[in-house]
Amino acid sequence: MSTHNNTSNGLKNKKVKEGTTKRGKQFTFALAGNANVGKSVIFNQLTGSNQIIGNWPGKTVERAEGTLSFEGYEIRVIDLPGIYSFSTFSMEEIVSRDYIALERPDVVINVVDASVLERNLFFTLQLLEMNAPLVLVLNQLDVAKSKGILIDKEKLSTLLGVPVVFATATRGEGIYEAVKEAVKVANSKPKHKQVRYHRNLEEQIEKLQSIVEKEKLDLQYPTRWVAIKLFEGDIEITKLVAEKSETIISQLKLFSAEFEKNYQEKCFATIASERYALAGSIVAASLQQEEISHPITDKIDWFATHRIYGYITAATVIGGLLLWTFFIGNTLSDLISQGLNLIYSTNPELSASAPILSIILNGFWGGVEAGLTLIIPFVIPFYLLLALIEDSGLLTRVAFMMDSAMHRIGLHGKALIPIILGYGCSVPAIHSCKIMETRRERLLATFAITFAPCSARTVVLFGMVGLFVGIHWALLLYVVNLAIIFVMGRVAMKAIPGKSTGLIMEMSSFKRPSMKIALKQTWTRTKSIIYVVFPIYIVGSAFIQVLYVYDILTSISNVLYPLTVTWLGLPAFAGVLLLLGAIRKELVLVGAAAILGTADLLIGFTPVQLVVMALVAMLYIPCVSTMAVLGKEFGWKSATLISLANISTALIVGGLTFHLLNFFI
Amino acid sequence: MQKSTQDYLKTVYSLSKNGEIVSNTDIAQKLNVTPASVTEMLKKLADENYIKYSPYHGSTLTEKGLKEAQKITRKHRLLESFLSNVLHIGNDKVHQEACQMEHALSDEAEESLCRLLKHPDTCPDDGKTIPACDLPFSNCEECTQLHQKGLEQVGKRDKNLISIRELKNGSIGKISFIRGEHKVLQRLLDMGLTPGTKIQIIKVAPMNGPVEVAVRGTKLALGQDIACNVFVEMETTNK
Repeated sequence: MSTHNNTSNGLKNKKVKEGTTKRGKQFTFALAGNANVGKSVIFNQLTGSNQIIGNWPGKTVERAEGTLSFEGYEIRVIDLPGIYSFSTFSMEEIVSRDYIALERPDVVINVVDASVLERNLFFTLQLLEMNAPLVLVLNQLDVAKSKGILIDKEKLSTLLGVPVVFATATRGEGIYEAVKEAVKVANSKPKHKQVRYHRNLEEQIEKLQSIVEKEKLDLQYPTRWVAIKLFEGDIEITKLVAEKSETIISQLKLFSAEFEKNYQEKCFATIASERYALAGSIVAASLQQEEISHPITDKIDWFATHRIYGYITAATVIGGLLLWTFFIGNTLSDLISQGLNLIYSTNPELSASAPILSIILNGFWGGVEAGLTLIIPFVIPFYLLLALIEDSGLLTRVAFMMDSAMHRIGLHGKALIPIILGYGCSVPAIHSCKIMETRRERLLATFAITFAPCSARTVVLFGMVGLFVGIHWALLLYVVNLAIIFVMGRVAMKAIPGKSTGLIMEMSSFKRPSMKIALKQTWTRTKSIIYVVFPIYIVGSAFIQVLYVYDILTSISNVLYPLTVTWLGLPAFAGVLLLLGAIRKELVLVGAAAILGTADLLIGFTPVQLVVMALVAMLYIPCVSTMAVLGKEFGWKSATLISLANISTALIVGGLTFHLLNFFI
Repeated sequence: MQKSTQDYLKTVYSLSKNGEIVSNTDIAQKLNVTPASVTEMLKKLADENYIKYSPYHGSTLTEKGLKEAQKITRKHRLLESFLSNVLHIGNDKVHQEACQMEHALSDEAEESLCRLLKHPDTCPDDGKTIPACDLPFSNCEECTQLHQKGLEQVGKRDKNLISIRELKNGSIGKISFIRGEHKVLQRLLDMGLTPGTKIQIIKVAPMNGPVEVAVRGTKLALGQDIACNVFVEMETTNK
């Protein structure tokens, strides 16, 4: 298998259909399956670096596409979102089913977790209902084997009527065979057998299907599938059909009433039960389970979810993660800035003598330097360790333990991951809020993230307070920040209308984390920083230099005098720092040192002022990069409201802290 | 059935989590009566086969007792929800009020109340689970649809249902009823929690945290607000 560097089949180029070109035959394969089955690992192995990641048109669902050359074939590979069903409750489900039904990929490669076969086959059966040309890849065979699961591949293939391939994608096993089978299917287009359900249900489906066929609706979906979806009460399909034919809808009502009267059961519930019954019988016929005990993972599991040790584990995991980041981050950051200083070190005197040069060198170069000394030393190690913990299954346990706490701010356990990501950088954290089910939950989690101290804010906190006031003060501010997240989270929960959805989360088994997967995950999360944050850092820094060179900063900060000096009790130049920090939070620290002309901040600040300054810097406004993402994900109205909430919280908390500390100290 | 009998059964039910033995002193304390009268009443209830009573130990509900206890508890908690959510009576008063009304509420009114309130799952004052109804449905939509035709014909469920939120670690049940709106129901069905499926409680997280269950060879964590809507028939029944 070889990859090549042709990325011309871009997202814009949607009309590429199969056909013979000079280079060879073209095919489109779609990867489909449940979440966490290793679909993305397979996608990466297939496409290597030839990937285009974007969004599905008009949706906030990520679309990953890549190309692959295989034995003379040009293959476009689409990685569909991980879903459990096609019941149109999430955008991911709609995107996936419309892609499969309407764009008709040549082959759907259904990746399933061999260790959880029954639940995965529930989805496979739905793909078969759609008449999708299928290849079944039984992935994570190593995990299945370690659980004592033996699968009869041939039997499974006969029962389902589709080719079945064993794979352990993390080790690259079975990928070649999967593509080979898929190419065979794409070439021969075999008619696979129809999934048949229990007679009572089947009768109704067939009756309705024949009516759908007679009506000739010119829908691009298969008629049998339409009939099943109508019985399921699928909102989108029912709407679509109702627009074209009332006969079908009235017949549907008749048939389902008849069915429900005869069997005292709702159709949609029966269909789900039937699918599972079928999946269950297929599993029973093709799978053998040997009892294997796992004394070590069972122990870890017991410990991590114990009513006391569980919380200790959670605190250790999160605390350890932050400590490691700070320790590694500081060391690496120093090394990198020393290295960068060899190339050019910013020189503030330039702004007077050579303004344009200063904008380029101090501005642009300063932005590059800031980005590099923040992303590489702080964010990457943080996300890497987090990804390893995630892949091991430990983070699931932490989410399990923290669910009831998250409930108090209208979220559930799964929201823990985006919020922890926020301690690295808000931008990928907000992106990852997509794992939440509703817009309300995404908004609530995002709101919490805007208050979480990202690595830039942590640098300010420890650089100002930790270094000059005392490490216990810095830690205290960390705790105060947690309390603020909690209180503001509750306020937001009350303010945003709607009900919280409950937690339904897979408790994946413990396993040795894979470095490969963790690295990939880290890259996925870091890349939004590189694309969004890094450019804004560079442009923003240059912009600041412009303001600085033409002496606009001081006049703006004079306007802020009543807030900064009178209310917050900060030195007059704090207004400048807050302006700088809105572009890059760590500029609050860097700027203070630059303005004072010394790294010893105690020359310009009293300890109380440092505490207030750091606290305000932590809370007061999402940085420009974060605001850009907020606007993109939630619209400018929500972005503005969140920013206003941030500003007022910072002013209230900062002001109160100043007056209280002044009173007591 | 006498009001006091119902109150005793309700008390034993609320004090015994998962069929544990309830001591006489606890009952006396909760009902604010003397231990002597508790003993006397419990003996009477044992004679009528509502409870299993062992002197110096305490009592547990029989299947028959559990049925009555769940019924009256359900009426009580539905009324609390009605008083609080519809009539906006303060949460501090709804308990007293509901205690008076529960004995007069007919089964038909109870079913209508449940539909009116859109199948509430927990009561407003203390967040306890409202027991499932005794209609033989596997979800609420069946009830909403069929009630116009009269629910007398559909009969009653013969087994008692218990929410998996109330179960001890390790207990195994068969999913029989899922309460609530379509979306949650469909999500649970998609994850394999279809009626008739065996489900085992692995562990409950502390502080009202999620319930970890094993179903169809996978392990799932279900939040309390989901778990209180999943009802099972127990594999082994306590006589």
